[in-house]
Amino acid sequence: MPAGLALGLLLLPLVALIVRAPWAALPSLLAEPTVVQALGLSLTTAAISMVVCLVLGIPLALVLARSALWPAIPRRLLRALITVPLVLPPVVGGVALLLLLGRRGLIGQWLPFTIPFTPAAVVIAQVFVSMPFLVIAVEGALRASDRRFEIAASTLGASRFTVFRRITLPLIAPGIASGALLCFTRSLGEFGATITFAGSFPGTTQTLPISTYLLLQTDPNAAIALSLVLMVVSVVVLLSLRDRWVPGVLA
Amino acid sequence: MKLKTAAPAIVLVAALALAGCSTPEPAPTETAAADTLSGTINVFAAASLTGSFQALAAAFNEEHPDVTVTFNFGGSSGLATQIVEAAPADVFAAASPATMKTVTDAALTDGDPTDFATNVLEIAVAKGNPGGITGLEDFANADKTIALCAVEVPCGAAAAKLFDAAGIVPSVDTYEQDVKAVLTKVELGEVDAGVVYVTDVLDAGDAIEGIEVDSAPVAYPIATLSASANREAAQAFVDFVLSSKGQSILKAAGFGTP
Amino acid sequence: MSLVASLTVPGRVELELTVTPGRTLALLGPNGAGKSSTLQALAGLIDYEGTVRVGSRVLDGVDPEHRRVGYVFQEYLLFPHLTVLENVAFGARAQGRGRVAARSQAGEWMQRLGIADLAARRPPQLSGGQAQRVALARALASDPEVLLLDEPLAALDVEIRDEVREELARHIREWGGLTIVVTHSFDDVTALAEEVIVIEKGRATQRGSVRSLVAEPGTSYVRRLVASWSED
Repeated sequence: MPAGLALGLLLLPLVALIVRAPWAALPSLLAEPTVVQALGLSLTTAAISMVVCLVLGIPLALVLARSALWPAIPRRLLRALITVPLVLPPVVGGVALLLLLGRRGLIGQWLPFTIPFTPAAVVIAQVFVSMPFLVIAVEGALRASDRRFEIAASTLGASRFTVFRRITLPLIAPGIASGALLCFTRSLGEFGATITFAGSFPGTTQTLPISTYLLLQTDPNAAIALSLVLMVVSVVVLLSLRDRWVPGVLA
Repeated sequence: MKLKTAAPAIVLVAALALAGCSTPEPAPTETAAADTLSGTINVFAAASLTGSFQALAAAFNEEHPDVTVTFNFGGSSGLATQIVEAAPADVFAAASPATMKTVTDAALTDGDPTDFATNVLEIAVAKGNPGGITGLEDFANADKTIALCAVEVPCGAAAAKLFDAAGIVPSVDTYEQDVKAVLTKVELGEVDAGVVYVTDVLDAGDAIEGIEVDSAPVAYPIATLSASANREAAQAFVDFVLSSKGQSILKAAGFGTP
Repeated sequence: MSLVASLTVPGRVELELTVTPGRTLALLGPNGAGKSSTLQALAGLIDYEGTVRVGSRVLDGVDPEHRRVGYVFQEYLLFPHLTVLENVAFGARAQGRGRVAARSQAGEWMQRLGIADLAARRPPQLSGGQAQRVALARALASDPEVLLLDEPLAALDVEIRDEVREELARHIREWGGLTIVVTHSFDDVTALAEEVIVIEKGRATQRGSVRSLVAEPGTSYVRRLVASWSED
């Protein structure tokens, strides 16, 4: 019974969204320039965020996997630090980014350019909240993979980089793929950190979730249509992962 | 035991005295003497009313100690949506006639709304005005970083009207989801200026300075809701907001009289 | 050119050994005696004290990838995401050889070891005997000066061991390089090696030619092994 309730709680809101969606008006709503613009910005920034997550997150996952040999305190600190964005309210993350990279921020005040209110800020906010998904998924894959293959490769004359590129990476590829997809969907749905750090300007920083929220004030039907788009993208991504992400995230 | 019962009595006497000398209306003495109101009322109020309505509720409780006032502060549009979706609200105080209209259109108010306050826009700059903003003209300068509320929310709609009337096209860097978000960006120095209500500038304290602009006042309507389970208490609260005591509290927060 | 080593892995093994071309050395001993630690030290996979030289080349402090020490692991460790051909060509590719050159060289080794027809298969599709030959081909194709074999027959079914052992012995002799084989089976020693060092509890307890070991077993462990071997 509680399991059924839980399932209902997860499923029924989505059903409501589908039932209440203005299906007839959907094509014209989705063709509106503002919607197309927001969707395009969201897809672009989420894709870039995913790439940044891959480039920065895989090395971090390697460090995290190796940290198994470290003393307990630094090891736990590192793990806690990496998972902080998962539990931190995104708005708080956005404020923290402002305090660091904003015009008067710790680092921002020394920069010759300003970051907030640019698409770069959108990407930074998205990377901040979605990086843990990639790191944890890849780390799980690393821990599950047999390190003796790397040793065997080194006896065949492969340098560390070659071992990483030709042995380690392919062996953890499924973990990387699921981590990257989770990163992408999390970035696509990012709201709080983005609106706080990057602001909201159509075509520059106003992503799909932000325009959905603003539209809800004046045009609920359009907002529902946009929600539907976000939901479809998320569901497609999760279906393509099937059950692969669960062990990755929980490992 | 004696002490415990004594304390509310003192408050009551003080309230009586206060009410007696500050208001010419005959009602308060009567209701306070034989107050039949009790229970809970849920007041949905615009976020810009947060400080002043909390003060109002405290004063209201001096006259009606058995009524518990709970608040739901938020963006007016969001609150209106919640009420239309059958949120348990007894009173709705909106930051614009347009958002109140959502509720009256759904025939959910108990009678017509009454305007109880007005608010005017002001330019908000950080302490010391580091961006060197002097007036609305600076908003057209692309070198200044500017935050406005999104046009979808009342403060953004009002700001858009303000710039239209002044014939200025602002060079906006970000459209925020509410007044508080604009103030945060101003306070952190991320933007040189924003446009908010004068009450928000006062509420923000020392961190924010206001620059007056010539703007048309926007009215704040209030109404009791037909779905209320406690209509008498709800009406009493609305009456109190409109009473001279309620008005003086709103005035202190920077609101104008309609 | 010969391999001369004098090494200590603290707590595991302390050993001196010499290997000459064409005369395979067997490290014989019970489980946990320190045989595998010796191989891992020679390959640079674990730290050791002492000196390992191949000809005039000192290997101490040299990373595994630059030692030119090939290793056939007990479980073979064929890369599961690569085909047999890609596995065998891996060493040459990793050492900077072009794709075409690496593959044709790998093809030659596979021809020599009789596994050319397996080129397109993946490791999970191989039998134990096939996997062992692929592992050997992969190690030899990486052009090592020293070949280490860790219990090369232990992962195989008993029925096919004799046949595979004969094959392996032939390939090692044809290769003719510096070879060390670790085993706890006297059958392996007699079939694969010319020289033998018996290791018990981290130390050499007897060394010499395989023939001399049979003639004069030095410890009760060797006596038992030789006795049970003669009965077969």
